[in-house]
Amino acid sequence: MSATTIRDEGAQEMRTRSELTARELLREVGSVLRMSEAEAAKLGDLPDDPDEDQTMIINMGPQHPSTHGVLRLMLELQGETVLRCKPIIGYLHTGMEKTGEQLTFMQGGTNVTRMDYLSPLNNELVFSMATEQLLGIDGDIPERAVWMRMLLSELNRMSSHLLFMATNGMDLGAVSMMIYGWREREEVLRFFQKVTGLRMNHNFIRPGGVAADLPPGWRDDVLRLLEVIPERLDEYDILMTGQPIWRERLQGVGVITPDEALALGATGPILRSTGVAWDLRRDLPYLHYDQVDFDVIVGSYGDAFDRYAIRLNEIRESMKIVRQILDVMPMGDYRIQNKKVTPPPRARIDESMEALIHHFKIFTEGFKVPEGEVYVGIESPRGEVGCYIASDGSPTPYRMHVRAPSFVNIQCLPHMMRGGLVADAVAVISSVDPVLGEVDR
Amino acid sequence: MSEIDLDTSSDIGGMPAAPPEIHGCPVSDSRGQVVLHPGRDRYVDVVKALADEGYAMCADLTAVDYLEYMRRPLPVGVHPERFEVVVNLLDITDRRRIRLRVQVPADDAVIASLFDVHPGTEAMEREVYDMFGIVFTDHPDPSRILMPEDWIGHPLRKDYEIGKIPVQFKGSHS
Repeated sequence: MSATTIRDEGAQEMRTRSELTARELLREVGSVLRMSEAEAAKLGDLPDDPDEDQTMIINMGPQHPSTHGVLRLMLELQGETVLRCKPIIGYLHTGMEKTGEQLTFMQGGTNVTRMDYLSPLNNELVFSMATEQLLGIDGDIPERAVWMRMLLSELNRMSSHLLFMATNGMDLGAVSMMIYGWREREEVLRFFQKVTGLRMNHNFIRPGGVAADLPPGWRDDVLRLLEVIPERLDEYDILMTGQPIWRERLQGVGVITPDEALALGATGPILRSTGVAWDLRRDLPYLHYDQVDFDVIVGSYGDAFDRYAIRLNEIRESMKIVRQILDVMPMGDYRIQNKKVTPPPRARIDESMEALIHHFKIFTEGFKVPEGEVYVGIESPRGEVGCYIASDGSPTPYRMHVRAPSFVNIQCLPHMMRGGLVADAVAVISSVDPVLGEVDR
Repeated sequence: MSEIDLDTSSDIGGMPAAPPEIHGCPVSDSRGQVVLHPGRDRYVDVVKALADEGYAMCADLTAVDYLEYMRRPLPVGVHPERFEVVVNLLDITDRRRIRLRVQVPADDAVIASLFDVHPGTEAMEREVYDMFGIVFTDHPDPSRILMPEDWIGHPLRKDYEIGKIPVQFKGSHS
């Protein structure tokens, strides 16, 4: 243990105002952000330095059902108004980045897929893309594999946003919405089960391509999805979008400005809700996103309603992309025919000793990846999911770091909640849509 | 707005061109990605200058413990140290990325915080402190973020052993 560990580690919990220095307090109320005069004035109706007898610090979570897992918030309240908020995380930390250093590049997919468990295929995709860049084979992935990756990625975006519809509805009291959202998500997961064998945590997208070809009848299944879901989305519009109670609960709640969102590093629907049209699929295209036609949905107010509406319409845009993929899906290999990363076909193992040895070695030792370091970022349903891999030339990553969008986005919570009502806190958490498996990793 | 030009093919005479520099920092190319190697003392100034140039968002901040891999390739003039803080910046106007790798020595694992330039690095710097024990000076909330407050050690360091759970097999005598 080095000398640096013997330090005052500092408490994680929120402290009372009298224990804080002025600088800490300014940070907690968001003054360090580049805020315009007008925005600062809007917050002016909050007391500058309330009497400590009149405020109260309460815990929300980690076992609160609306915190989407084990998120703990400490809220300073004056009556019903939230003055300060501090998220406390780490309750689901399982050291997945350390585990990632023990697993080979072949096995790594099983690890990263469990981080953001609502969009596992996007996590696998970013890990595979980073590995392929290190191997220098990122330009040689067969066309069919690339389009299959896009198909799965977009369907995953749909399933993730459909689950958001369910939880957002449930958190705000639209309980029937919970049943509907889960039902539609299950339709998509049924397709994943048919293709990958598993509903979640697929380990299907692997370095070099995907694990298997699409099963017979896949096109009909996707077409059926594309037929069923638009009708259901129209039902959501009736049930929620146009409904006055729903709008009252969400409009003007949890507002964040473009400057704040950029300064805090927020990405995905949170950044887009403020009017910043930033979508990695369009702006830094990967796979073949530059060959399909879709719109980037942006909001204008940066409130919880915008974030809801963006996700609802992103499901429609994803379906538009899926339809285009169906038209162009080429025949061919579903993984690269590079002996280094691809195991030999099953039939060869029965007849060739070399193939058997090759198969054994690739699954026990893994394949060696050249030295270097690389960062790849893609658009997951929650924002930019990035993968930074440093390789020392061995079959395991020397360091594997995942930039989790929820981990960064959760920093927006204090800024969204300040000055709002404690009843709206639930709506704000829900609109950020954090996945705690990814926050804590 | 200065353009990043890594094209060194113009040196026809066969003389090695001077290593390219951005803001006085050596630049390297990692699989087509631009990487800057600023010194620890100039790191915040370089990030500030890049922010003025358009890199307005800090996408990611992490660190690597190179204890077992000190012979990694680095450009001329960069002395390898045990720790490296890795910052990924994003320019959403010109749609480009840049990466900074800052060497941090093991016996003085301290670096300035980026909080004043990019407030979004707060949680990421806390994570790096938690996992590697690199201290960020002037960080507003220098506490652990993922591990419990009273945890001893920094798990992502290479000399931090991974734990083992004893496995009992059915019918075994031990």
